[in-house]
Amino acid sequence: MTLDPGDTAWLLTCTALVFLMTPGLAFFYGGMVRAKHVLAMLMQNYVAIAIVSVVWVVLGYTLAFGDGNGFLGGLKFTGLAHTTDPVPGFTLTIPPLLFAFFQLMFAIVTAALIAGAVADRVRFSAFLLFVGLWSLVVYAPLAHWVFSPQGWLARLGTLDFAGGTVVEINAGASGLALALVVGKRVGWPREAMPPHSLPLTMLGAGLLWFGWFGFNAGSALAANGLAVSALVATHLAGVGGMLSWLALERWRTGSATTLGGASGAIAGLVAITPACGFLHPLPALLLGGLAGALCLLAVQLKYRFGYDDSLDVVGVHYVGGVLGMLFVGLAATDSVNPAVLSKGLLYGGNLSLLGHQVVAVVVASAWAFSVTWLLAKAIDRVVGLRVSTQDEVNGLDQALHAESAYDLGSVRTMGRIG
Amino acid sequence: MKLVTAVLKPFKLDEVKSALEAAGVQGMTVSEVQGFGRQRGHTEVYRGAEYTVDFVPKVRLEVLVDDADATRIIDTIVAAAQTGSIGDGKVWSTPVDEVVRVRTGERGPDAL
Repeated sequence: MTLDPGDTAWLLTCTALVFLMTPGLAFFYGGMVRAKHVLAMLMQNYVAIAIVSVVWVVLGYTLAFGDGNGFLGGLKFTGLAHTTDPVPGFTLTIPPLLFAFFQLMFAIVTAALIAGAVADRVRFSAFLLFVGLWSLVVYAPLAHWVFSPQGWLARLGTLDFAGGTVVEINAGASGLALALVVGKRVGWPREAMPPHSLPLTMLGAGLLWFGWFGFNAGSALAANGLAVSALVATHLAGVGGMLSWLALERWRTGSATTLGGASGAIAGLVAITPACGFLHPLPALLLGGLAGALCLLAVQLKYRFGYDDSLDVVGVHYVGGVLGMLFVGLAATDSVNPAVLSKGLLYGGNLSLLGHQVVAVVVASAWAFSVTWLLAKAIDRVVGLRVSTQDEVNGLDQALHAESAYDLGSVRTMGRIG
Repeated sequence: MKLVTAVLKPFKLDEVKSALEAAGVQGMTVSEVQGFGRQRGHTEVYRGAEYTVDFVPKVRLEVLVDDADATRIIDTIVAAAQTGSIGDGKVWSTPVDEVVRVRTGERGPDAL
C-alpha cells in the first residue's frame, strides 16, 4: 500500500464536504416544516451526527468494512482498531483511517435523511435510539453488501458508485417503513402544512449540492480523472433535475416555484449518485432531467396511497435512487470507468448489468423496509415513538426542547425564573 | 365620541394616513390583520400540491373622533382607500363611552 498525498488531500477535503451535507439537509428540511417544529427537525439531523459517529466508530465500521463474509464484516476493526491495516478488497492510496471517516459521513447523512419522512411527530429520545440502532442493523450490513468488495451484491456485479442503494433507496424505503409505523401527522392531508421558510430550504439545498461533489467525486477514492468525471456528471444531473422539475410544474400548475427548483436539483443529484462514475456528461444531464420530472410526479403518490411521508423522502430519494440504479444498466460504459465489465444496453451491452441493478434495487428495498419496520415496531413497543397529540399541536420545539425558533415580537412575555 | 374602524388594502395605508392628517386627525392605530370578504383568497403551490389560502393580508386602522367629525372622517377614508376593484375593504363606526389620555388624565373629547 503506497499512500498518495494528492489522493489523501482530496479525500480529507471530501470527508469535510460530505459532513456539511447533514447540516445542509437540516436546513433543507427545517425550512419545509412549520415554524413550531423547526428546532426539532434541526436537532434530529444534528444529533444524528453525534449518535451515528459513536456507533460507527465502535461497531458500525467493522460490520461494514471489516474482513468477514459476503453478508457481514468481521470484528477486526471494532473501535477503529487495526486501521493501519488494509481495508479488505480495496487497494487504497489513502490512510484506511481516512476511508473509515469518509464512510462515516455517508452513514450520518443517510440516517439523517430518514427524519424527513416522519417530521413533526417523533419523540426525541425515541429518535436517538432509532438512528443509533438503525445505522447498526440496517445501514452497516447493506453498506457491506454493496460498498465492500467482499459483499455479495458487489461480487454479483452490481454497480453503485456512491450509494444509490446504500444511501438513497435505503433512506427512502426505511423512511416509508418508519412513516407507516409512526402514522400520519394530526390534520394530514386535509390541513395545509406549508413550508415556514423557503429561504432556509434554498440555503440547505445549496449546501447539499456543494457537499454532493465530495460525496460523488470522493467516491472515486482518488484525485484522478474518474473523480473529475463524477463531479461533472453530478453537477449536470443537478442542473437537469432543476430544469425539468420547474418546466413540468410550470406546465401543470402555472408556476415555477423555488421549492420546485430546489427539489428538482436534489432529485437529479440523488439519481446520479449511483451512476456518476459510469456516465458521459450528456447521459448524466438526461438522467437528471428524467429524475426531476419523475420525482415531481412521485411526490403526489402519498396523497393517493395515504402515507404521510412528510418531506417526500420516498418521492425524491427512493424514486430517484431507483431511477439512477436502473439508468446505470442502460448507460454505463467502460470508456468512462474500466470497472464497468458489462456495458449498459445503450452501448450495445446485454441485459446482465441491468439485471444486476434490478436485483440490487429489490434487495436493498426489501431489506431496508422490512428491517426498519421491525425495528420501528420494537422501539414503539418499548419506549413509544410518537409524541402526544397535544405536544404535536403545540409544536415540538417547545414540547421537546423548551425553546422557540423565532422571537420576532417586540412585546416581552418572558421573565427569568429564580 | 366614536371609534372609526377601517379594514383596508395594505398598499392604500399611506394615502389614507395622509388624507386623515390633512383632515385634522391627530392619531391613529394600525394593525396587520387577515380576512376575506367577497374577494376570497389565492392559491399556493408546494411540490405540485395546490393549496387555497382563504385569508388575505389587510390593515385595520382605528381612529377615535368626536361625534360631529365621524361622517367626514369616514368619507375621507373611503375616498382615499378606494380603488374600485374587489377587496377594497370596509369602514364602520361604533359609539365610545369614555376616553382618557394616560399622560394627563384628561377625559372625554378633550382627550382626543
